Order: sequence, then structure tokens, then C-alpha cells
Amino acid sequence: MATLTLRGLRKSYGAVEAIKGIDLDVEDREFVVFVGPSGCGKSTLLRMIAGLEAITAGDLTIDGKRVNDVGPADRGLAMVFQSYALYPHMTVRQNMGFALRLARVPRAERDRKVEAAAAILQLGPYLDRTPKELSGGQRQRVAIGRSIVRNPKVFLFDEPLSNLDAALRGQMRIELARLHEELQATMIYVTHDQVEAMTMADKIVVLQAGRVEQVGTPLQLYHHPANLFVGGFIGSPRMNMLPGRIASSDAAGVTVELASGVRLKVPVEPGAAQPGDAVTLGIRPEALMARTDGELAGEVQLVERLGGLTLLHVGHGADLPLIVQTDGADASRARTPIRLAVDAAACHLFAANGITLPHLVTHRLVA
Amino acid sequence: MERSLTQRALITALGWGIALLLFFPIFWMVLTSLKTETGAIATPPQLIFRPSLSSYIDVQERADYLRFALNSVLISVGGSVLALAFAIPAAYSMAFHPSPRTRGTLLWMLSTKMLPPVGVLVPIYLLFRNAGLLDTQFGLIVIYALMNLPIVVWMLFTFYKEVPNEILEAGRMDGARTWSEVWFLLLPLTLPGVASTGLLSLILCWNEAFWSLNLTSSGAAPLTTFIASFSSPEGLFFAKLSAASTAAVAPILVFGWLSQRQLVRGLTFGAVK
Repeated sequence: MATLTLRGLRKSYGAVEAIKGIDLDVEDREFVVFVGPSGCGKSTLLRMIAGLEAITAGDLTIDGKRVNDVGPADRGLAMVFQSYALYPHMTVRQNMGFALRLARVPRAERDRKVEAAAAILQLGPYLDRTPKELSGGQRQRVAIGRSIVRNPKVFLFDEPLSNLDAALRGQMRIELARLHEELQATMIYVTHDQVEAMTMADKIVVLQAGRVEQVGTPLQLYHHPANLFVGGFIGSPRMNMLPGRIASSDAAGVTVELASGVRLKVPVEPGAAQPGDAVTLGIRPEALMARTDGELAGEVQLVERLGGLTLLHVGHGADLPLIVQTDGADASRARTPIRLAVDAAACHLFAANGITLPHLVTHRLVA
Repeated sequence: MERSLTQRALITALGWGIALLLFFPIFWMVLTSLKTETGAIATPPQLIFRPSLSSYIDVQERADYLRFALNSVLISVGGSVLALAFAIPAAYSMAFHPSPRTRGTLLWMLSTKMLPPVGVLVPIYLLFRNAGLLDTQFGLIVIYALMNLPIVVWMLFTFYKEVPNEILEAGRMDGARTWSEVWFLLLPLTLPGVASTGLLSLILCWNEAFWSLNLTSSGAAPLTTFIASFSSPEGLFFAKLSAASTAAVAPILVFGWLSQRQLVRGLTFGAVK
């Protein structure tokens, strides 16, 4: 249906630069998620693609045609807003058919398309209600239905699920994934919720302060973060970060010495890193295991029991507590000593400038 | 906050006092219009008398009420519609596409209302004379539209500000150009506000006397001129003057009464959400 390219895209508000040069390709039928902390520019970028914000510099092309100066009405895109932005004075049917009405589509065809979209979203019984007579989840579905009816080149979603409660959000996430499958449409989705990003995306774009930190599949980002920021941002609970120094390196990897004197051999390429350089060791919560012969010693400060999983917060000196993910049957109790074993092969090393030292072996799930 | 009984009684009394104070002149005018000329100037004033419609008949014999009233309707409606026609796009652009100078422009527009109209009487009079607009309905429509434009723009601007920008953006994404956006989304959403703005403008036009007295003589004269024609230099005929005034304000009073809910709703729109 549609491909999208962004070349050196910039946006300034006076002297403040919100988007600082973004290059990106969105393939046909791809589900791309923009993710990043609040204020990173992800919504601004989406609005620039939509045509709701002017592009200060750079080129935006849709299907090979430059659209910088094409208004939002003529770009052929559809957008679902965080606030739903339904037309309060129109019924669900009129809301969903508005775009077709503007395009002077005959009434019979309009009704047929609205009803088809309503069937996909199970909105049939609500077509003659007004938005204020609907629940949050139903409103969200109407907003999505409004975009489906238009059969747009690209669907744009601006944090569409953040106003819903947790249960509904999980359900809508599945519905959106199903919809993407069913419509075979190109979608761009903005969220700050990395669970949404991980579960729905074909491609995640991690943004920070108006720049792209990394682009990749969810598992690429999880197992091979390009830098410290992506490592810390992707993954929940967050990656544990420990300061250390490079002790030595050889063909099998880099040996890092932590502040506590513990040495670990991580299978990464040293690149330009020299023994003695400061590095940050990143350990995912699932790469830490409670074992009596473990390398790290600490004290359990807090136990979060999620049922199937248990999270241990382990204090070990001055740094933030380590978060350890164990199974639900773990019997650890707060204020007891613990020893932790590290799965060094699953660890990450970040140089002082934040760039990852690349792994020697690519994760088997990452093509 | 619970008020005590005495406080509430005081507030009620105050409210009634102010209402009566405001209502009394109108009441007295209506009363006087039903008296004879001698009864009207009697001291002490008569409260109980035999009402008569003779003043109304005299007034109608001397001047054609209906012709003035039609002028009033035409000019008020015309002026209000013209003002709205300019103010709707102006307020739209200020509310949804503001520039750094929008606030200043709004204040400047309002500041023109602080200039006494007589300050621009001579230039306007000369312009109207040269353009052949003196004593024409069109001339008064233009003047009234200009006179109310600042207030109409301000009111519409505040109503528009209540509309979430995202709804209009959704419309843009749905393919709406500026005019469809205004016509299909903005106007229906702010209809109560636009209606009360129009009503207020209508009332202000109806009651305007300065420009109508100075720029019309007979052909386009509205009811304000009709009233003025009964305050003659040879002496005041209070009963006839009151009859003329009552006849002139009656339509707008009835109109205001019928639309008061709409007016109040419009004027307090946004204040109570």
C-alpha cells in the first residue's frame, strides 16, 4: 500500500530544535513503533508525518512523492488521537463516515463501508449513538473505525491506548495487532509504553531528545541495544547497570572488573576499548540467578511477588539495588543475605561514551 | 460554603432591589404611555388612573411606526449578520492559528471600543456623504457591523478556545479543508455561543442611537430616530414620548425575554464547565 521515507527531518520552534535530523524508512505493511521518554519528540515526529506540524527542514516522501508541502487533508493518511478526538455532535455512524462525506462518496457506498468497519470492530449496535454515550474502549474503537473507513495509505496512532485502563489496554493491544494482520496496512504507532512497543512492532524506533537512538526489531533492541540509553529503556523491569573497568580482553571476550573486585568475562568485541577503560556492565534481571555459589553478594531489600514471577530488589553497596527476576516459587525473604550468579554471556558492556561493545554472537532469535 | 439564613435573606433582598431599580424606569415609561398628557406631568405622580391608548394613536398618526420598525429589523439583522460573517473567520484564525501578535490584535480591537464614537463622527460623516451612504440602510448596516465587530470577535474567540484543537485536527486528517472544518465541525460545536453572540449583537444594534441619529433622517431611520422625533424643542409631550419609546423597545424586550436562556448560557459559557 505505502512506503514512507524520512530524510534529515528537522523541526524547530524558534531557537529550540525539537527534531534534530531523522532518517527513517517505513516499508509497506510494516508496523513501526516510535518509542521514547516523554518530550523525546515522538509525537511531534508523528504530527510532522501527518502534516499537522510544518517540517522545518528535510524531506518526507510517501510512495516516492515529496509531501512536505501537501496539507494533512491531501496526504491520504489517517490518524488516531490519544484523546480520540471524536466529533461530539455526530453519531458513531456520522463520525466514521465523515471522511467519505467530505470526499463526496455516495450515501449507499458510505453506509456499506461504515458498516463493514463497524463489523470488524464490533461497533454494530452503537452506530446511532453519540460519542458521549460510549465507554472509553468503545470511543477508542470508533476512532480506529474512523480511520479504517478511509482506507488510508498509512495509519498513524498517537498513544491511542494511554487513556484506557490496564485490562482494556491489553485487550486493545491484541485487537490492534489483529487489525494490522487483517488490513495488511502500514502503521506508525507512538507510545511511551515499551510493552506496547515490544508486543506490536515489526520495527521499533527509539527516540531521545529529537534523535533516533536505534532502529530495529523488538528482539534486536532487547538483545543487542546499540547504546546505554536503549539498553536501559527497553526491557521491563529495567536492565541493571554496574560501573566497572576493563581488566583484559582476548578473542573470547572482555573481562570486566566491578567495583567490588568481582571479575566477569563477557563475550563481546573490545573494539577500541583498552584495559583500564571505564565501562558499564548491563545485566538483565533474568540474567541474575540466586545461587549459593554466586559471584555477587548482597541483601534482599524488597520482594515483589507477581504470582508467576518474583522480582527481588537486592542491595549491594552504594548503587541502585539490583533487580533479579526469579520464578514465583522463590522463597526469598526481605532483609536476608543472598548470593547471585551472573549469566555473563547475556550481559552487555557499554563504553564510557555509552556505545555498546558488540556481542561476538548474535542472539539466535535475531535474524 | 453554607450561608446563614440572614445572609441569604440579605442577598435575596439586594437582588430584588437591584432588579427593581433596573426595571423601574421601564415600568414608569409604560405607565406614563398609558396616561393623558396632563396626567403624565401631574404632581404628585398618579399611580392609579384610567389607562388610555390615545397617546399610541396620536403617535401612529404622526409617524409611521411600522416603517421605522422595519428599518430597525433590517439594519439590526443585517449589521449582526455582516459582523458575524467577518468575525467567524477572524476568530477562527486567531483561536486556532495564533501568531505572536494575536493577543495584541485582540486588545487593539477592543481598545477601539474605548474611543468615544463622536471622535470619528466627522470623518465618517464625510466618508458617508461622499459615498452616498447617508440615510441608507446599507450605510447603517456597515456602521453597526463595524461597531460590534470587536465584541463579536472577542466572544467568538472565547467560544472557539473551548473547542479542543484535536477535533479540528482529526477533521483535517479526514480530509477537511478550512471551510469544511469551520462549517461541519466548528460551527455546530459552538452553535450556542454563535447564537448568543448574534443575539447580543442584535440587541446592541437595536438600541444604538448615536449613529442612527447622525447618519439618517427619514429613509433609513430606525426606531431610535422615531423616539427622538417625539422629543421636540417646543416642549416635551411625555405621554407621547413614552408611548413611542414603549413601542420601540417592546419588540426587543419580547425578543430578549424569549431568548434569555440562550443569552445567559452564551454569556457564561466557559465560566461554568
